[in-house]
Amino acid sequence: MFVAATLAILITMALALTRALLGPTIYDRVLAVNAFGTKTVLLIAVLGFLTGRPDFLDISLVYALINFIGTIAVLKFLKFGDLGTPGSENSEADD
Amino acid sequence: MIGIVVDIVSWVLILTGSAFAIIGGVGMIRLPDFYTRMHGAGITDTLGAGLILAGLAVQAGFTLATVKLLLILVFLLYTSPTSSYALANSAYTGGLQPWLGKKEDGSSKSS
Repeated sequence: MFVAATLAILITMALALTRALLGPTIYDRVLAVNAFGTKTVLLIAVLGFLTGRPDFLDISLVYALINFIGTIAVLKFLKFGDLGTPGSENSEADD
Repeated sequence: MIGIVVDIVSWVLILTGSAFAIIGGVGMIRLPDFYTRMHGAGITDTLGAGLILAGLAVQAGFTLATVKLLLILVFLLYTSPTSSYALANSAYTGGLQPWLGKKEDGSSKSS
């Protein structure tokens, strides 16, 4: 059962990686990498059950948070070209 | 008896979640546009992840592992719509036009 779930998640990760490599726009790549990270969270959780070590769930929990922060950081970098700039309201006020 | 029922329920949940994950992955490859590809990614983020984590929680029973699995599920259900919204908003304000109907060459590029 866990082997089947692991294989399905690995297939989905391969498909997402294909889209990340093919993606015509940069947003396709960010979307695929975000989905890839979500699948990595699931893969770590299922692998913890597969090998009989539920401690892997802690790593999975941390990875879920890091994936979210990473996606938001990449999107902000795409939009502003700099991670240190303030948010959109402040930049509009400057304009 | 209870063990067999628990195994069957977690089998069904995990295999359904795996099927939804693969469907979402295929959708991410085959759909024609960025905005339509977000639907495929949404399937893997909500139904795929939710069903697989629910199946693992049924398998784990009333232990600390179930609490951690529910925490992962809650985090995913909070962060996935937020990042999807940020991504779609960034793409739309970045000038990426949605794909409206089939063109001659079938391309999805904005003009």
